[in-house]
Amino acid sequence: MAPKAGGQSLSNGKAGWQLGTLLTGPFASLGRKAIRWASDLGAASIFLLLAVLLVFTRKQLPKMIQQLYYIGASSSLIILLVGLFTGMVLSLQSYHALVKFGAQGSLGTLVALALVRELGPVLTAIMITARAGSAITAEIGIQRISEQIDALSTMRIEPLRYLVSPRITASIISFPLLTAFFDLIGIIGGYLTGVVLLGVNSGTYFYRIQASVELKDITDGFIKAVVFGVIVSTICCYQGYFAHMRTDSHGAKAVGLSTTSAVVLSCVLILVADYVVTSLLI
Amino acid sequence: MEPPLIEFRDVTKRFGSQTVLERVNLQIYEGQVTTIIGLSGSGKSVLLKHIIGMIQPDEGTIFFRGEPLTSMKSNQTAAKLAQMSYMFQNNALFDSLTVYDNVALPLRETTNLREAEIKRRVMSRIEQTELGDAVYRYPSELSGGMQKRAALARALVTDPRIVLFDEPTTGQDPVRKNAILSMIAEYQRRFGFTVVLVSHEIPNVYFISNRILALYNRTIVFQGTPEELEDFDHPFQDEVIRSLEGLQEELTGLYSRRRFKVLYHNQLKRVALGEAYSVAVFTLEGLGDIIAGLGHDAAQEAIRSMGAFIDKHLAPIGGFSTRRRSNEFVAMLPYSDIAEGDGVLRNLVEDFREQGIRSIWAGASKQKVPELCVEFTVLGGLAQGQPLAEMDEVIERATKQQKEIGRFRCAGEE
Repeated sequence: MAPKAGGQSLSNGKAGWQLGTLLTGPFASLGRKAIRWASDLGAASIFLLLAVLLVFTRKQLPKMIQQLYYIGASSSLIILLVGLFTGMVLSLQSYHALVKFGAQGSLGTLVALALVRELGPVLTAIMITARAGSAITAEIGIQRISEQIDALSTMRIEPLRYLVSPRITASIISFPLLTAFFDLIGIIGGYLTGVVLLGVNSGTYFYRIQASVELKDITDGFIKAVVFGVIVSTICCYQGYFAHMRTDSHGAKAVGLSTTSAVVLSCVLILVADYVVTSLLI
Repeated sequence: MEPPLIEFRDVTKRFGSQTVLERVNLQIYEGQVTTIIGLSGSGKSVLLKHIIGMIQPDEGTIFFRGEPLTSMKSNQTAAKLAQMSYMFQNNALFDSLTVYDNVALPLRETTNLREAEIKRRVMSRIEQTELGDAVYRYPSELSGGMQKRAALARALVTDPRIVLFDEPTTGQDPVRKNAILSMIAEYQRRFGFTVVLVSHEIPNVYFISNRILALYNRTIVFQGTPEELEDFDHPFQDEVIRSLEGLQEELTGLYSRRRFKVLYHNQLKRVALGEAYSVAVFTLEGLGDIIAGLGHDAAQEAIRSMGAFIDKHLAPIGGFSTRRRSNEFVAMLPYSDIAEGDGVLRNLVEDFREQGIRSIWAGASKQKVPELCVEFTVLGGLAQGQPLAEMDEVIERATKQQKEIGRFRCAGEE
């Protein structure tokens, strides 16, 4: 009987261990993910800090101007289109809601405040992420896997200074400027729908905007744009720069996945940061 | 003896659980061409990356001019790196920059030179590497050989004292492989920098190397001259050298030196006592002038063509040959005495004048060649051998007997 009892005890022990693993498994996995997230957050913060410090070194201006053109000027067409249609649809929806209360005169206020406070910074950031952010990750990622970044190091060119600093600086400058452009075009779009198509009084539309939009609304929008610029450029550069460190893939696939991660993460963090910044500013 | 420029003492490197380098000891001397040979994936590139500081050893010490790298201050490390240049296996050219901008990049970013001076230096390197037609083209628009040359131009534009080449001939055709190696050797002679080369182009690298380092089973098993490597009795010879060398030399199609030796000794066993055989040595003089006047491709075409014509004329009479140095060929004529050998040599030179020379000018015409007349000569020497005579001794006698047997100028006119 003794061996049987021993065998049963062993079997019970194994079952207990399996049950324990089953119960703690999800927590262990969650813990590992949390540690990786914290570690990535720390690494990205140091990455950002080093890149910002390297902004103030020589021969950076031409590279910044080049990136300003690419991230900023080249994105204006897409911002124009998105801004225009956002303003138009916002005006269309708001008009039909306001008309029920006979408050269609407040259309200008609603369109302008929605754009300046929320939609302008958020949609601009998302559009730049889609257009320039993904390209930044892919470009730096390809440079990483084809040893171009290693080549920079062997030539005594600091890769963060050459590749990352100009892009972060250009983003910090471009995001508020493009946000302002988006706001302006959005208001014009709202005007086209509200005034030209639906017959709201033109003077009322602009008077309400002037009366309701305060300087704080505009500066808050710009603060958000700067925060989004830092977040998007850091995430996109970081994902590309460390594309070779991915454990789930290698080579071109790693660059593709890094680009996807950069865009998804940037968009999520834009919305999270929007809530946090709004809470702080309101 | 002069202290080494770079020295590894018991350097070990691991990636996870895999040990790539284990207790590596080596010395690299200033002004020399040192070649690291070994099979693919044996850790040659990892070793090279230790020198430039891209990888740090897990154990052991690397010395630069007698000073451990670990004890160097950051400005000393920067000064060390400033003397070095690295040419990557896959070139690592910036694909969004033109050839000009790629070559200019290190000067623009690390010096305070004016744009005019940068342009002068960049164009000088571009011309030297025969990329004059590709200045404003992007790397993706260039052939593999041109990309290599662009990477070479970028590596040399800062006038480095030490240049590290990671398999610079990968993916090139035989003529281009030899042209790149010849280019490296020429620049090394001209500018006097130290070359550390990773390659498995055997025997081509022997022709340009002062020292060979053999990496085998994660460690350096041999350090010495190419000649000393031939007498190195170690499994490395069978497992690496023979597998890399092959039976025939890629450029000329002639037998490898090792195969030639075996055939030579087999023939000696066959030759009865008292029977004679002859050995011929040919030297292509003026290779430097061909390089200077017509470019590296034409020079390699000259070598290739010479080898092909030696084989064409000697094989029908039972002869076989090999390339002994970059411009020197040696042949055994097992059934011929000196008088017969002399006749064969004359026919060979006449045929080379009429036919073989064309490929050299054709090689030259691939590039933009200035209207320049190039002159080169072929020296030939014969020696009689006896069955008991040592091969090297007979070859030496044939070398001493060498005299001019053909002079070629421009389109092959004497």
